[in-house]
Amino acid sequence: MEMNAYLILLLGMGAVTYIPRWLPMFFLSGKKMPQWFLDWLDLIPVAILSALLLPALITSGEPRHLAIFQPKMVVAIPTFLFALKTRSLAGTVVVGMSLFWLAEQIIQ
Amino acid sequence: MNNDKRQILFDGVRAGLPICLGYIPIGLAFGVIAQKAGLSPLEIALMSILVFAGSSQFIAVSMIFSNAGILSIIMTTFMVNLRHFLMSSSLSRFSGGKKAGFLSIFSYGITDESFAVNLVKFHQGTWDMNRALVVNQSANLVWIISTVAGGYGSRFIPENAFGLDYALSAMFICLLVFQLRGFKYIITAVCAAITAIILSLWIPGNSYIVIASIIAATLGVFFKPDKPGK
Repeated sequence: MEMNAYLILLLGMGAVTYIPRWLPMFFLSGKKMPQWFLDWLDLIPVAILSALLLPALITSGEPRHLAIFQPKMVVAIPTFLFALKTRSLAGTVVVGMSLFWLAEQIIQ
Repeated sequence: MNNDKRQILFDGVRAGLPICLGYIPIGLAFGVIAQKAGLSPLEIALMSILVFAGSSQFIAVSMIFSNAGILSIIMTTFMVNLRHFLMSSSLSRFSGGKKAGFLSIFSYGITDESFAVNLVKFHQGTWDMNRALVVNQSANLVWIISTVAGGYGSRFIPENAFGLDYALSAMFICLLVFQLRGFKYIITAVCAAITAIILSLWIPGNSYIVIASIIAATLGVFFKPDKPGK
């Protein structure tokens, strides 16, 4: 791709990525919002995290298919329990990485 | 720099550390792939600065490689990154009193990872927008540097060294645990997980994230039993 065309592409990609990030922050900030909407926004994080994480752990390939017993899913269970018990972010990251590394070694 | 500012910088960088750790292998991998698709380190840097959204950058590079049209790459990027709209809405609850310029700069750094980390911190009550901005921008800096480093073709980190590939997954697992603050949240999480898994098997792309989140949060609002946890 030519540099000029590439720059146009990047400006387009940048704009369509930035605008959804910016619009709510800019217009909702400091505004009084109805209670039901605040309740709804309060649930968005847990919903997004769950929707991001679970399909990534439990599906594989393109087109996606179920792959329940793959290392990243198997490792997720003890990692989840560790997080639940310790509530330590750094600890969970280290434990998850170590278990995943171990699982990959066993498979090879 | 006075003590206050130094403390803000320190707190933000410390909170952003797991993100940075996870961005290094992904950023390097992106750089390597982008280089193979014919992008120079400068072009990689420009994309990481102007777009700053990991998964859409991977998709864009593969589309460039297969000679897709500019418009279709931009449309795909839009779809892939639409989920930030929800995250920005959610974060706006904590940004009252900040000036337009600050909000505009802050918005640039909203990613899955910084959103999740900052939200947990806001809920713990020890956080403010300045520290949140440091999280965003330290992750941004590490992303730019590691993608460019990957673009020099260097594979100086062997594949899955120390389980680094799992850093972000482990981080998300823990952040999800932090969000399970009551029965209502657990129900919403389970609902989002099931909906997202089914949709992800059914429709290509990643629109399942936005659709499943909206469905689950909407159902969760109607679920009244426990009121606290706000």
